[in-house]
Amino acid sequence: MSAVVKLANVHKSFGPLKVLDGVSFEVGRGEVVALIGQSGSGKSTALRCINALETIEEGAIEVCGHAIHAPTLDKRALRLSVGIVFQSYNLFPHLTALQNIMLAPTCVKGITRKEAREIAMDCLTRVGLAEKAEHYPEQLSGGQQQRVAIARSLAMQPQVMLFDEVTSALDPQLTSEVLKVMEDLARGGMTMILVTHEMGFARRVAGTVIYMRQGRVWETLPGRDLDNPRTPELRDFVGSGL
Amino acid sequence: MTYQFDFASLLPYWRDFAAGVWLTLQLSAVATVLGFVGGALCAIARADGPPWLKRLVGAYVEVIRNTPLLVQIFLVYFGIAVLGLRVDATMAAVLALVVNVVAYTCEIMRAGIESIHKAQIEAGECLGLNRRQIYWHVVLRPAIERVYPALVSQYVLLMLASSICSQISAEELTAVANRIQSDTFRSFETYIVVGLVYLALSFVVRWAFWGFGLLVFTRRRKLGTAL
Repeated sequence: MSAVVKLANVHKSFGPLKVLDGVSFEVGRGEVVALIGQSGSGKSTALRCINALETIEEGAIEVCGHAIHAPTLDKRALRLSVGIVFQSYNLFPHLTALQNIMLAPTCVKGITRKEAREIAMDCLTRVGLAEKAEHYPEQLSGGQQQRVAIARSLAMQPQVMLFDEVTSALDPQLTSEVLKVMEDLARGGMTMILVTHEMGFARRVAGTVIYMRQGRVWETLPGRDLDNPRTPELRDFVGSGL
Repeated sequence: MTYQFDFASLLPYWRDFAAGVWLTLQLSAVATVLGFVGGALCAIARADGPPWLKRLVGAYVEVIRNTPLLVQIFLVYFGIAVLGLRVDATMAAVLALVVNVVAYTCEIMRAGIESIHKAQIEAGECLGLNRRQIYWHVVLRPAIERVYPALVSQYVLLMLASSICSQISAEELTAVANRIQSDTFRSFETYIVVGLVYLALSFVVRWAFWGFGLLVFTRRRKLGTAL
């Protein structure tokens, strides 16, 4: 299986703080990879580097054929292939759910508003929110806003979706409705990389779990083996969550 | 107090008053539109331009905000003459008002732009929008919506401040009043009338902005948020 996302020996610092210290991993098409680890372990930064939201100092990242580390990188072309969903949803507050989703397809891909509306409604239906199309973000719950944000990314038909702690701001009930949408996506064959603290979800859905610690890939294992880690650090980490 | 009010002697001048009101509205409208566009561009330059441009716009804003409008009007009026250009008083008045209101609009808009969270811009970038699209859809539209009440206050103030243009004999409402009171010697009555006309104009202008806001800011209209 050819890798869609490939990190090789990636280094990144914020000032004197080493955040990524030689991170390497690969994600194949249709794979679901969960990045787990303590706060500050570098997992969110790794994710943001994949989408060129952060620059790296050393190493190489390749995403859907784009060399992220190259100075010639066309960020906009990259972002046509990669969708990202944030912890804080970041919906545009002055636009309805539908308009939020239609914005990028009409602006970036230049398709007609009619087509964009059809795509947007289709994406809203996939996240179970077709009836909220005309609602503004402030009229939606956190879980609904996050599902709209997922739909907004989906509408651009990305090859890879990144999820950056998308349920961390939600209560358990809202978390489960968002996770259900993500599980459906995974079943549909979407290539996904997610930073998460939901161990149950990682175990159930992720083909591969990457445990990061001190800016390094500490342990890589299949999601279903999450209860039997090899390293004592991951055992502690998983144990503390149960 | 034995003052005898005599409004009747002003009646023959109603056409002059009307002409003054018309010019006041024209001055204000042109200065508002140009001030809005210029102010928005300056705000963008100040928020996101190269360092030299940021400093230049910053200096301009500070100079305008810290000198009297009357002095600015004289400087523009006589400055144009010194440059050897022939511009009538009304044009000079418009120009001076624009120079003034652009600076104030710039400051208000900058506050609006700065209130937009960085994560919003990041979200726009991640959707593949280019810089211009991000500025328009993600930054300016919500920013303008947020500072709209402050902008409206500024533009009502501008309409009232346009009375100062009478000093370079632009024939707007106050200049007309100055002439009428020296013709009729009914100064108190003249300025009572003019005051009431300005009051009415302010209400009309505010009302117009309110209606315009409802038209443009769909979210406010749908959610019934105050404007």
